[in-house]
Order: sequence, then C-alpha cells, then structure tokens
Amino acid sequence: MEHIRTPKVEQVRLLDRFSSKSTSGTLYLTATHLIFVESSPSSPSSAAQEIWVLHHHIASVEKLSLTTTGCPLVIQCRNFRVVHFVLQRERDCHDIYSSLLRLLRPVAYEELYAFSYNPKQNDQQREEGWQLIDLGAEYERMGVPCDQWQLTDVNRDFKVCETYPRDLYVPITANKPIIVGSSKFRSKGRFPVLTYFYQEKKAAVCRCSQPLSGFSARCLEDESMLQAISKANHNSRFVYVMDTRPKLNALANRAAGKGYENEDNYSNIRFQFVGIENIHVMRASLQKLLEVIGNRSLSMSDYLMGIEGCGWLRHVKAVVDAAIFLTKAVTVEGASVLVHCSDGWDRTAQVCSLGALLMDPYYRTIKGFMVLIEKDWISFGHKFADRCDQLDGDPKEVSPVFTQFLECVWQLTEQFPQAFEFSEWFLLQIHEHVHSCQYGNFLGNNQRQREELQLREKTHSLWAFLMEEQQNYQNPFYSSVYGKTHPVLEPSTLPYHFKFWRNMYHQFDRSMHPRQSILKTIHTLKETSLKSAQTLRALENELQQLGVTPVVTSAPPPAPSPSPPPPSREQQQRSLTNANPAPPRPNSLILGAPQVSRKEAQQDEEKQQQQQEEEEEEEEEVGEEATESTDTDRTVEGSSGTDSRKQSYGELEGSYEDGDEMTKEEPAVVSLEFGMARMTC
Amino acid sequence: MEFSEHIRTANVENVVLRQPFHPSTKGTLCITGHHLIFSDRESQSCRQVLLLLRNIDAIEKSVENLLGNSGLLSSARWKERAPGPSSGTLTIKCKDLCVFQLDIPGMEQCLNIAHSIEALSSMNEVADMYPFFHRPHDASLQDQWGLSSPQHQYHQMEALQRGRWRLSYVNGDHTVCPSYPPTVLVPKAVSDEVLLKVARFRQAGRFPVVCYHHRKNGKVIMRSSQPLTGANRKRCQEDELLLQAVIDGSDKGYIIDTRSSQQAQQARMTAGGGVESKSSYPGWTRLHRQMEKGKSLQESLIKVVEACGDQTNNMDRWLSKLENSKWLYHVQTALSTAGLLAECVERDGHSVLVHGSEGTDCTLLISTLAQLIMDPACRTLEGFLTLLEREWVQGGHPFQQRCARSAHSHARLQQEAPVFLLLLDCAWQLWYQFPLALGFSEDLLLRLATEAYASDYGTFLCNSDRERCAIGVKEKTHCLFQALLKPEERELYSNPLYESTELAIWPSVHPQSLQLWRGFFLRWSQQGRHLEEAHDEMRNMICQWGRLAVR
Repeated sequence: MEHIRTPKVEQVRLLDRFSSKSTSGTLYLTATHLIFVESSPSSPSSAAQEIWVLHHHIASVEKLSLTTTGCPLVIQCRNFRVVHFVLQRERDCHDIYSSLLRLLRPVAYEELYAFSYNPKQNDQQREEGWQLIDLGAEYERMGVPCDQWQLTDVNRDFKVCETYPRDLYVPITANKPIIVGSSKFRSKGRFPVLTYFYQEKKAAVCRCSQPLSGFSARCLEDESMLQAISKANHNSRFVYVMDTRPKLNALANRAAGKGYENEDNYSNIRFQFVGIENIHVMRASLQKLLEVIGNRSLSMSDYLMGIEGCGWLRHVKAVVDAAIFLTKAVTVEGASVLVHCSDGWDRTAQVCSLGALLMDPYYRTIKGFMVLIEKDWISFGHKFADRCDQLDGDPKEVSPVFTQFLECVWQLTEQFPQAFEFSEWFLLQIHEHVHSCQYGNFLGNNQRQREELQLREKTHSLWAFLMEEQQNYQNPFYSSVYGKTHPVLEPSTLPYHFKFWRNMYHQFDRSMHPRQSILKTIHTLKETSLKSAQTLRALENELQQLGVTPVVTSAPPPAPSPSPPPPSREQQQRSLTNANPAPPRPNSLILGAPQVSRKEAQQDEEKQQQQQEEEEEEEEEVGEEATESTDTDRTVEGSSGTDSRKQSYGELEGSYEDGDEMTKEEPAVVSLEFGMARMTC
Repeated sequence: MEFSEHIRTANVENVVLRQPFHPSTKGTLCITGHHLIFSDRESQSCRQVLLLLRNIDAIEKSVENLLGNSGLLSSARWKERAPGPSSGTLTIKCKDLCVFQLDIPGMEQCLNIAHSIEALSSMNEVADMYPFFHRPHDASLQDQWGLSSPQHQYHQMEALQRGRWRLSYVNGDHTVCPSYPPTVLVPKAVSDEVLLKVARFRQAGRFPVVCYHHRKNGKVIMRSSQPLTGANRKRCQEDELLLQAVIDGSDKGYIIDTRSSQQAQQARMTAGGGVESKSSYPGWTRLHRQMEKGKSLQESLIKVVEACGDQTNNMDRWLSKLENSKWLYHVQTALSTAGLLAECVERDGHSVLVHGSEGTDCTLLISTLAQLIMDPACRTLEGFLTLLEREWVQGGHPFQQRCARSAHSHARLQQEAPVFLLLLDCAWQLWYQFPLALGFSEDLLLRLATEAYASDYGTFLCNSDRERCAIGVKEKTHCLFQALLKPEERELYSNPLYESTELAIWPSVHPQSLQLWRGFFLRWSQQGRHLEEAHDEMRNMICQWGRLAVR
C-alpha cells in the first residue's frame, strides 16, 4: 500500500491499439490491480467498459513524452494485452508510473497475489483442491511401478537433485550408486528418470540434463544408467538419445565441460540432435513477433514477411517435429527414448510433454492435460519463476517456453478438432494464470522451493478452479471415441499447417477477431439437444410404462450421456457504479474500488478475481441494463468492434458519425462469453 | 460429332490410377467425348472415377522404357509398378487443383490418351460442351432456368420507392450492350434515347445500371464501365444527366474507380478511356482504389497454388512464397474496397457508382461483396445464388475467357483471371468471420469454385448474355443454381448454424484476421482431407443437435 501515491485519476483516456478511437474514464490503482472504468458508456444500452490489469501481468510500463493531449502511459502485459492511457496531468502519470514500477516487480514471494488471494474456501476445500492431481496415481495409470521400473527414494530429501521431485521412477536395475554416480555426471544433478511409460510396447520416455562429458570425460555409472534403461525394454536393443539442442550449441557446451553423449562410450544408444533453439532465441523471436503484429498499419506483405522474419512459427514447428520424432520412436519402433537439452527443464519439458500428448489420449482430456503439466513442467522443475519473471529477476532468464508449448498444443487442436476434450479457451486460461501468480501452482522454480514456500498451506490450486469450471473449457466436438480410433496422433508439420495464433497474441484486441463465434452457440445447442433427448427418453419410458409402444419417431438420440448440469445462470452483478449495498471486496479495496452485489460472495469473489484482469466489457453488448453488467465477460471472439474499420477501408472524405452510433447496429448477438457460464438470461 | 476423330484409343486395360486419399488401383481407362472414365475391376468395391475432360488443366507425360530409362522416375521404382516393355505415366492436373497419375501400359496408347485429353479438354466450341449433353434423370429442360429476373428486383424496389426507378428494355436484343441482360434497371427520369447515347460513351456499351438498392435508406449501387473521355476530355451530357438523376440533384454520390488515378489517367491518354471529371459531374466524388486484375491475378493464383503444392518447403520458404504470391493481399484489397463501398452506402448514406475499365471483373467483385456485407437477403443460400446470378452471370462476367485455364496450365495466358475465385475466397473470409450470419456452407463455395471451371451445367458457359442466348444455353442445358437448391443438395450446402441478422456484417481486414482458404487450396492434401472429414462430422453433430433442440 505504501507504494501507491495516487489511487485514483480521473479523466483518463484509453486509446484503442489499432484505431484512432478512444474512451475516457477513471483509473484506479489498487494493491493488486490497475483498473480502468469507462465514465460514460458509449451507448446507453451497453455497460461501462472496465479493464482490470493485474500487476503481475504487467511486463513493462512506459511513460512516453508529453503531448498536447496529456501524458501517455503504455502498459504491456504478459497475456499480450497492451493498454495505452493518456493522463491529463504529468504528475499523476508519474505517480502511477512509479507506483507500478514498484508494484510489478515484487521482491519476495510473499508479495505475490497468490498469498493474499482468498476465494473464501475453507482449509478442507483448499486441501482437496491440491489433492486433485496425484502424480503417484498417474504413474500407476501408465503401469509403473512394474517388473522393469521402480519408484526410488533416492531423492526423498532432494539430496541428489534439488530441482527434481521427491518421487522418481528408474529402471529396476539402476541401484543407488548408479543413480548417484550418474547424477554427478549430469548438469544440475538431473540424472535420467522416467517421465512417460508407453505400456503397449513397454517403451519408456526418460529425461535428464546434458552429461558433463566435456571433450573426453566418461562416467561408468551414467553408462550403466543408460544400459539399465535399455535393458528395461525388451522390444529394442538400443535407446534413442535425443539432444533437443542444435548441434552447434551442444558442441559449444563441450568447451564448458558439458556436452553430449559419445556413441562410442555408450554401447547401446542412437544419438540424435533435433535442433530446437535456446531460451534466448525464443525470447527474441516472440519479441519480434509482437513488434510486427503491434504495428498499427500493418500491410499484408509486412505481416507475412514479419511472421517469417521473426521465426516464431519455425520454432513452433521445430518443437512439434521433435515431439513427432519422439512419438514415432516410441510407438512405431517400440524403442525407449532419453530426452535432454542443457539443463533438461525447458526444451526437454516441451518435447516430453508434447510427445506424451501425441501418444496418449488421456492427456488430451481436461484432467489429463492438467496432469501432464503438473508432471512434466511443475514437478520436474521448469523454472516458472524465472521464465515468467515472477519476482524481479534476471531478464536473461525470462523466456516464453511454456507459452510456446501451449501454442504447439493449440496447433495440434487445429489439426485434430475432435481429439481434444478442451477448447482453445482452456489453454488461454492456463496461460493467463501461469503469469497471474494468483494460484500457487506455478510459483517458484521447483518442488523443493514450493514446499519451502508452503504453497499448499497458503495458496490455492488453479486445477481445482479450472476443474470446477470445466464445462466452459469443453470442446463441443470432442469425441472420446476418437481417442480409441486414433490413440496416436500423427500431425503433419508441413509449414502451411501452422497458423498465427490470433486468439493468444491478440486476445484483447477485439477488432482482430472473427465477429461471431460459433463455440458458444454450439455449446448452447448441444446442451439444449441433450436436454431434449432426455425429455424424449423420459416420455418414451412413460409411454412404455403405460403399455404403449412408442412409435419410433426418429433415430434414437445419439448422446445417451447424462446432460451436464445447467450452466450457472446467475448474473454477475458487479459494477463500480452499482449502488447496491454489498460487502466490500477484500484485498483490493482502495478508494472507489468495485463492490460486490450478490448473494454468493464466495463464488463471485473467485470468479471476479479470475476475470479482473481480463477482457473489458463489450460495449456493443446487447441491451442489458447498465447495472446488470456483463462486464466481467471475457470475449475472445466477440462481436464486432467498428473501430478499426474506418482506417482499414479507406480515407473516405466527408464526415461520418463516429463508430459509436453505428455500434448498435453491429451484430452484437454472439459475443462469446468465455470463461463464465454467464449467458445473459 | 467430331469427338471421335480425337479419340485414337478409347479403352485401355490395366491402367493404374494413383489418386490422393486412395490406394492405387488397377482398372480400365476409357475416354469419351467429354469424360475420362476409370473403372476398377480388381476389387469388389467397383470404384468408378468420372472426370470431366474440361476439368483437366494440364497433362504431363513421362514415357518409360522407350530407351532404357527416361522420364521422371527412377527405374527401380518404376518396375514395381508397371512391368512390361514400354509404358507411360500421365500426370493429370485438374482445375479444381486435384492432381493424380495414370500409369498406362504401352507407350503408344499412353501417347494416344494424352493426345485425346489435350485435344478434347481444350475444345472451345461452346455448343459441343458437356452441358449440352448432360441430361440428369431428375430434371427436365422445361424446368425454370435461373433464379431471378430484373422484373422481380424491380418490383421489390418499386414497393419501397415508387417512381424513382424503371425497367428499361433498350437492350432487348443485346445490341446496345452485348454483356448486359435484355432488361436493366435505370433511373426513371432517364429515357431509352438517353441510354443509347450513354452506352456509346461507355466502354463496350456498359452504361450505368442499378445493381443494388439499399432498403434502409433507398440508396443504390450502380455499375458501369469507364467513360470514353479520351485524351481530349470528351463529355457526354446524357451520361452526366443519368448520374445526376441517380443522386437526384440535392444529394451527393461516390464513384469508386477500381484503378489507381494514374492508371485511369493512362487509360484516358492512351486507350480512349477515362474518368468522370469533377467539373462535369459536380455531385460526385471519385475514389480510386487500385485492384489488380487479369494477368497479375492469374499469376498470383499460380504462385499460391504452387506454394501449396510444394511439400519440401520449410517454414521460411513457405511464408515467403505465400507473401510473394500476393493472393492474400488481393483478398484484403477486395474486402476492404467492398467495405469502403458498403460504408459509403450504409453509413454515409450515399449512392455509389462502381467501375474500373471494362466493368466486368473487379467491379462485379466489390459490388457483390458489398451486397453480402449489407443485405441480409443476399446471405441466404438462395439469396447468395441469386446474387451471383444477377451480378456475375447476367452482369456479364466473361466466365469462358476467365476460367478457360486455372493454376496448373502451362498454356500461355490469354484472358484468364481468377476473379470469381477471388470472390469465393472473400465470401469464405466473411463466412469465417461471421459463421452464423451466412446461410450457405463452405461446401457451396468449393462446389462453385469447381463448377465455374468445369461443369455439367450451363450456368457458367459463355461470356455474356448475348452469347448464351445465341446458342440457346437456357433451352438446351440445365441450370446449376436450380440444381443446387434441390432438397437433397440443399442440406449439404446450407449452414446449420445460420441465424439471420438484419445487421451489416463488417469484416475485419487486418492481415491477422484474414486466412489462407485452406479448405480450397489444401483440399487435396492428406491433412486437408482429415480436416474435411472432421468438419463433416462436426457438421453432422451440429445438425443432429439442431434437430433435437428444435424438437
């Protein structure tokens, strides 16, 4: 609190990123959020637009030089939102700027939102939330421990490798001396362990870090370790060792006493480089991509050349290619594969998890995908804190490795529209919270650190929250049969199958999106049809009981599954201008902060929190009362914005009414209210 | 018929067909006057492939074992497929972008077949084309040909704006303007005598006619060809009068010229064309929007198809080829110019005259798109087909010239240009951005993209209404649009999620919002096929849910 000098600034203008449109309103600075509230809705039928920016989401704040209209402040967020404010007084601007600078760079974990975020759950609920994902059970599902693979307690106290979890699975022939010896020969002690077991062929996917081989060093224990992995699989006489780095990088590492496995020393390996670039290249690449697409008057040719020039899609393709290589080795050849990069927590995590996703339909379900992230990313020590810049740290450690993984998954969902239980929205939501620091899951760099932070005791789990909301993340076209007929996905990596992920990188730029989304319509349609089918069956039963054979009216209803519970129809009635008496929101309440006006404060709180930083209200939202605001609705593929059109179509002379008047005529019907089951009833 | 003289070998046995998505099969190949027929005798499935020769864009021969080994393929691979002394492979590239191979035993037979295909697929005599022989059992030549008439449109307008417009029969015998239908809509204040003079002042007689009437504000879209002002800035009072009558004195109007002003000036100086000058047409404001057409559009298509067909591209090469093809740029330009046109009419409330030079290509493209954007009646299945019929078929788009060859052809380019294909692509972009607002499906667009180049139906034959009348297209062929609206077809071609909306659907034209039309360009790739199947299934699910939900 002591960092906030000016909690409220009035008459602030918010400039649209891709047009010359602007809205004016009031800016509030709270301990957790920066909030912009539009002062007068552009049309009477729509609610005031609100933008909530969580401090943790802010990647950079920039104060541009003073202009005649005021003092511009540009805020870039990690969820790729860019907001451009113009404040009237330089002083206010400076105050907000310097407060934000301090607030967006917490120096201690305890300052993170997760430690103050309170969705009003009791301890038991919180505990249950954390127990939702059980990795022990997951290994059992894969079929380990088994006659070839065992659970080792060697890392029970994080003594052998402090960035690994406590429970690790190794070949039964790998005894403690082998493990310890091998770990000493591996960067950061990250020795080869099992991450996925392909039961059908008894082939294993293992992961580790690079060996400390230098130019000639050997380690007998490490060689035995690989031998043991090989022996555990009777299907194949050799183990693939996938070094996910470009060969040049690996060679350079040799000079630093690290490097890669020499095929002469390891009797039964097949060594392969797959050439995924390192975190620095990825960071620069995404940065370039964002620069290209942030250009306001981007021509088609600059766009395509920019996409090419930044190399982002090339890198995405490289990761998918590597995952396909892994998948083929395991499922077709039945060989075990050991994957590593340098430290084995970035590219290795990408390739192992993406490979598992291709091999195992379970990971393509909502729950399974959570398990996958928990296993390959969280527990094996992807350095979320460093990569996502949770605390003020080394900017060289920041890199969009996880974002890239999510994008790879999205590219797959585009190629296999029926194979995934979750929709794009689920991926976006996970991405949102990886950076929000609102839940404990992604805090810290490894399990050991998380235990020290007592995250399970002090914070909440994202998975429980997503699970509760899962109907919002469902892909209506998912077919569980598809997983049986296509257990292994074989994506094509021809370049034209990779697309620019607009909903990720332009999530908050309404004018970019298709103006209508079918997802919500289809959800509703599906639900209604399920209900009708049920009614029909009930009626037929009744008829039967009455002794009447129902006339076959039609083919039997196709979906005999129980109809999902009807979506919560509760209106989120939250609005700054709302005069309803209500308990004030804890935590984030500074002057004039929003009030809650609803009965179930608990649920609401949770939902609000989740939405705060999200999409502003669609001003074209259909005729609700202003107080019954739908402003928490997140619209990924919302109805139109008229804004950018003027620029794009032409410099037509003569004066028009500005967009506002016309906005009413836009097809506002189908804004997809992702996130919340909040169809306005 | 003289077809037979082109057919030296009508039947070949033991031909191997290698087609996308199918295992290669051995069977009998047969060439008829209009078709290539392959029937598979080996398996129980009895697969038959029937291909219109007209659909074949290019044919490549490679003869093997003539002098040991030559041709495209290595001999090792060759032997596995076609044993025998000599044989050849024909690679057939279709106008719908499908590519397949035929392995034909016997060098001579192979060459004969190739010769027949080449000769028959490029026959240009319209009266010999297949639509004149196509006689589906469920249709009769007495059925109505076409969907609408200018009379119908006139009555709709008359109901709304009595006395402003009239039907003119001045072109009744196609002498005033060969590419216009006999009946056109013009301002009531303008007499036929005036129209005759205006027609002489406009290229190819395409005087300004009303093609769309905006119900919300009574404004119209007119289209024409360029005025023939020429180097000495000739004027035509009747032309000025006609345009004045459109805006009715008080008002103002826009002229959208699909050329840049330099291009227009050049046309004036060198080709006797020109623009409406500010001083002669005081109420009108001219806007220039350069749109590519003709050769450069065709080359763009060739490049994008080439890029999509090359499987060895890496990511950078693919993106740079896609950029280099400029296809998406054309899509963007077309949509944004159409957006500008719609903006003038719907938001600014003024009438607009559109033309380029001939007024038969880009003019039609943007007037059609603008109508899709503004008019809900055009967005239903019937509405869309009616729109296409009115603007493209009756409006005088020279289909025969523009669609003679497609992207694979090696022939020297003449009048080919994929303007209609560009329209379909833009319509798809609209459909992609407004999946609920359009009553037709992607399948319809794909079907039209095929039919425009090779068809069983007469709809896209000839270059103008006059030509069609001269050889009796309407009497002797069947109408595609009528066929597409038959109940059994209708389900496939309509959008199950369609919800009519009265609002204008303004597309976003940011480069990030536009997409390569994968359904068309990657239709024959393996993954494209998977997606198509998935989409079919999804569509069925939606239909199923829809039926249940309604019940």
